[in-house]
Amino acid sequence: MLSTYRYPKFEYRPAPEQLAGQTRRHAVVIVGAGPVGLAAAIDLAQSGQPVVLLDDDDTVSVGSRGVCYAKRTLEILDRLGLGEPCVAKGVSWNVGRTFFRDEEVYNFNLCPREGHKRPGMVNLQQYYLEAFEITRARALPNLDIRFLSKVVSVAQHGDKVVLGTETPDGLYTLEADWLIVADGARSGIRRMLDLDIEGKVFKDRFLIADVVMKADYPPERWFWFDPPFHRNQSVLLHHQADNVWRIDFQLGWDADPDEAKKPENVIPRIQAMLGDEREFELEWVSVYTFQCRRMHSFRHDRVLFVGDAAHQVSPFGARGANSGIQDSDNLCWKLKLVIDGKAPATLLDSYSEERVFAADENILNSTRSTDFITPKTRTSLTFRNAVLDLARDHPFARALVNSGRLSVPSFLTGSPLNTPDSAEFAGDMLPGAPMDDAPMQEAGEDCWLLDRVGNRFMALVQVDDPARVDAATAAHYAALASAPIAVEVVLVAPIAGPAPGGLRVLVDRAGHFAGRYDSRAGTTYLLRPDQHVAARWRSFDAAAVHAALARATCNA
Amino acid sequence: MPLMLEPNFHEAGKRYFRSFSPGDDFYEALIDTHQGLSDEQSERVNARLILLLANHIGDLDILREAMRLARATLQPDRT
Repeated sequence: MLSTYRYPKFEYRPAPEQLAGQTRRHAVVIVGAGPVGLAAAIDLAQSGQPVVLLDDDDTVSVGSRGVCYAKRTLEILDRLGLGEPCVAKGVSWNVGRTFFRDEEVYNFNLCPREGHKRPGMVNLQQYYLEAFEITRARALPNLDIRFLSKVVSVAQHGDKVVLGTETPDGLYTLEADWLIVADGARSGIRRMLDLDIEGKVFKDRFLIADVVMKADYPPERWFWFDPPFHRNQSVLLHHQADNVWRIDFQLGWDADPDEAKKPENVIPRIQAMLGDEREFELEWVSVYTFQCRRMHSFRHDRVLFVGDAAHQVSPFGARGANSGIQDSDNLCWKLKLVIDGKAPATLLDSYSEERVFAADENILNSTRSTDFITPKTRTSLTFRNAVLDLARDHPFARALVNSGRLSVPSFLTGSPLNTPDSAEFAGDMLPGAPMDDAPMQEAGEDCWLLDRVGNRFMALVQVDDPARVDAATAAHYAALASAPIAVEVVLVAPIAGPAPGGLRVLVDRAGHFAGRYDSRAGTTYLLRPDQHVAARWRSFDAAAVHAALARATCNA
Repeated sequence: MPLMLEPNFHEAGKRYFRSFSPGDDFYEALIDTHQGLSDEQSERVNARLILLLANHIGDLDILREAMRLARATLQPDRT
């Protein structure tokens, strides 16, 4: 099996300190080179922070595993220099269709509005994402990836974390100021630190079959409740790169996973589904169960948990890898400020607080989807089927059909890092919101808003005409850039024009930004390095920006 | 006012950022209402629920229209 992909083998090189028989202290060590650990390593390294990344293996994910990467994840991958290869290789889609028995009852569009760079979702086998990340990681000189390096002991001693690491050359010790744990759902580090993760196990089994076939189905997500070819269960179909199709069959709890995986049992299921003599080849087969659970806190002093190591969800909704990459997005700028001495370590508590909130939202939504897809009692099955019956004719019932609420970012509206509004604004771009994209122009070229913000604090200040900004005001803006935590001020204007003092101007010709951000002359948005709104005002006030910046970095 | 067939779930004081959330809040509460009950008990709960909601709506034109739609597509079982 696995005919479409050749697994790379990454070269193991002994660590210099292991060869020298020394113990070295590193600022940041990350354990786990999966999609989330790699994202964190790249994010920190590209911000100038040296990082050591340890992985017990020397290749990428075996099997396609996480295949759906959501718009917000693609925006983060853009910030990491990885959006283009993922979108180019993957299959972009926005439309999902839901069938009940043999009839379509509902469809949705993840991105119904124009003027966004990225689609609602891209399907891409996890090994491609990891391979792109590793290529990017290896281009960063301050990112030290160590393959075949398995952490076998971990302990916190005062201001450091001590890791025992086993390699083909034996055991050596690393010390770290900060440890990021990205070693997945069965996290060995979590176990070695004797930390709990709580939640519930779902009693159901699902069969994943990746098949290679030529098919001209549109690039859409298709979901069946109780289809004629797989009665009383659900089936999900996704198109991935290289003409690989992911088919996910619900099996029920009583199914024997080893029997179910045998090709002689998988192939007839797929033939029944395709309903014709179409040729296909089995690429990868797996049977999974799942849990919804999370750790109580994602920060344990100098140890920071991200991704599946911190929280797990059911797969309906693609909220696993997507939320893990958002964990990294939230954590890295905070950790960098703490390492640089520009923010207190309590800023890292806000990482846990914000991402615990997001994890709970992901668990809530994926649990609801699971309960709808796999009803546990006769009454819940009756209601579920009544919703699907009514959905044929009535919009209210379509809105209740839940075949997975696909990954979208959380609105961190309760975060202590936000400065509450002091004026009225329409729309959703309130403090804590993940930024909405918009088509813009800069220096005469078309660009996307989200490609021009992030990686640092920024203030977007709306003006009617950039040419009419006076030099004194421009000097005011420039002063913010030389504060200990720099804030870059960028003007937003409906028309182009030369701004004084080398100020950048984003031109919002079509008015998408003005509409989405309810922005008019004077409106000022303070943006976090992870493209979330920190504060907003109806007029620019340097003191207010300083105060909001202090609040967003726990320096207040 | 005719029978409302567009999505209509909402909760006072709660702001939703995703259109599916209010309906999902309702659906979860509905299923939770039956938690731990036998099938026979659930039938009784459902009957009570319909009566409570019907009285709240009150308008018989609306209720007749809802009853008609709920029954649509079903043939009487004469066996």
